[in-house]
Amino acid sequence: MAVKALYDYQYPALDTQDKFHGNQLLYVGWDDHFMFAAPLAFVVPPSTKFSELVENTLTFGFGRHPEWAKIDFSKVVWLKSGQPFVPEMDKTLAEQGIKHKDALRLQTPGLNGNGTYF
Amino acid sequence: MDMKATKKKLGLKEKYAHMTRGLDWETTYQPKEKVFPQATFEGIKVHDWDKWEDPFRLTMDSYWKYQAEKERKLYAVLDAFAQNNGHLGITDARYLSAIKLFLTGISPLEYVAHRGFAAAGRNFPGVGPRVACLMQSIDEVRHAQTQIHALSNYNKFYEGFHAGASHQIERLWYLSVPKSFFDDAFSAGPFEWMIAIGFSFEYVLTNLLFVPFMSGAAYNGDMATVTFGFSAQSDEARHMTLGLECIKFMLEQDPDNLPIVQKWIDKWAWRGIRVLSLVSTMLDYMLPKRVMSWKEAWEIYFEQNGGALFNDLAKYGIKVPECIAQCTVDKEHQSHQLWLTLCTHSHAMGLHTWLPNAEEMDWLSAKYPNTFDKYYRPRFDQLRELADKGERFYANTLPMLCQVCQIPMLFTEPDDPTKICYRESEFQGEKYHTCSDGCKHIFDDEPEKYIQAWLPVHQVYMGNCWPEGTDPTAEGFNPLAKYLEWCHIDLARDGGDYEGSSDQANFAAWRGAATQNT
Repeated sequence: MAVKALYDYQYPALDTQDKFHGNQLLYVGWDDHFMFAAPLAFVVPPSTKFSELVENTLTFGFGRHPEWAKIDFSKVVWLKSGQPFVPEMDKTLAEQGIKHKDALRLQTPGLNGNGTYF
Repeated sequence: MDMKATKKKLGLKEKYAHMTRGLDWETTYQPKEKVFPQATFEGIKVHDWDKWEDPFRLTMDSYWKYQAEKERKLYAVLDAFAQNNGHLGITDARYLSAIKLFLTGISPLEYVAHRGFAAAGRNFPGVGPRVACLMQSIDEVRHAQTQIHALSNYNKFYEGFHAGASHQIERLWYLSVPKSFFDDAFSAGPFEWMIAIGFSFEYVLTNLLFVPFMSGAAYNGDMATVTFGFSAQSDEARHMTLGLECIKFMLEQDPDNLPIVQKWIDKWAWRGIRVLSLVSTMLDYMLPKRVMSWKEAWEIYFEQNGGALFNDLAKYGIKVPECIAQCTVDKEHQSHQLWLTLCTHSHAMGLHTWLPNAEEMDWLSAKYPNTFDKYYRPRFDQLRELADKGERFYANTLPMLCQVCQIPMLFTEPDDPTKICYRESEFQGEKYHTCSDGCKHIFDDEPEKYIQAWLPVHQVYMGNCWPEGTDPTAEGFNPLAKYLEWCHIDLARDGGDYEGSSDQANFAAWRGAATQNT
């Protein structure tokens, strides 16, 4: 439904990709790890390879958790917009259709802060 | 020569009629709908504005008299508080985090409420609501002022009180939550404003804000806050009555108004509850001497009192807001989830947080037997373990925010408190994320509005949140430090853990000097 207004109510979205200086927003949440209270928001160039995303960006954000180093990335279950998603490590975000403001989740079976979800 | 009074004074009722309704007039230069363009576009049909019952029948002259009397008393108490070193009488300087949150998050909203009710008063064609909104508008600016005055005494002694209303409300990430709430209401039409603020906030939810704050202040020795609370209380009674009168008026005027009003109640109950979730951390974590748990406050002030209210409104066809099922789940979790978030982000805040001590965690276990030990105690234990090793954990990356309530996406699925709740919408090819079914529903109903949301995390990443002249390409550029500078926060003094803060050291030293000889 549209906004009820006194006039034709059309304004541009505030957070479109062109405002991020060549980068895109990307949200990543690590399921079962509430040391990070909410999913993290990153800005990255769309030309980032997925492997670089994991090794640099995500490791910076999540690396302080002792379980981060134990993740076997060949067994991680990824979700994009809540749906199963199989990333290709040597392809860029753009090449595999990971767009501005996409939300990824990674699930690491067996790792959940020893049952505390920390 | 003395003037002789020829007639007796007017009775109250007569005086009221002359000074309010008697002052109305019919427009002649312009048609009425052009003078009051905002009165109709929301779809609310009004057939007879005179049917509006003015609950208080207050005239401006008696209003001034009452308010002046209250001001005299308030400022006398504030003087006494300052002269008696009231800043040392509080239980513990940790208490002040609650007060800082109030001053930075709530007092500026009183000011926005002042503007909003002034606008509503201008935009309603009826005299009754116009006069009532005018008085509420003046009340609200008085509240903003008296709150700032009452708390300014703390500003002389403690950190974090210096820039709430002037800079931080428009810049700080956690203050965008209350700010965007009021912006949303103010940018709606006058009837929606009345449901949003007059009814949902001032009537349904206000007790959840004011009662815990004022009781919390009384329990923790803060006479300044207690006093402005009392001074505002009689105004609040008037505001509640106005909110209720407004909703009844809309519902009685035309049956077509019911679905519109119901939609607004659903929306604003949820918006208000999300904002008030910040108060839940105050009751459960910030008060050194506890009053009641958030869950208990919720049960008394929302489930019981609110339940009675909705029973009354049922005769008009109004139903209890849809979000109540979710709230019943959330009351067991939200204060813990939020305080964990604040604790891991207070390196980017203007107030202190701390990890609850053993005695406080036992209190939480007793108050939350279903959830605290199962989910939250282990997380605090692990944060404590890190802190004890000198590795107090703060998140180094900004959190994802909800597009509607602007709170970090920290809330969990209704049926699984171990899974973050993700909701997603698409509008004009762009993705938008929300924290709950409630917020998603609000977004989907008016996406054109919420796509304009000023989300602090995104603004930081766009580079809009540094002091003028900052060069983000310079070597050693520290975005967090620059962001905090822009927010007028001196992290070494204003934020971080209470342990080791200057507030803690000063309070201990001054209190020590007052009670010991060395």
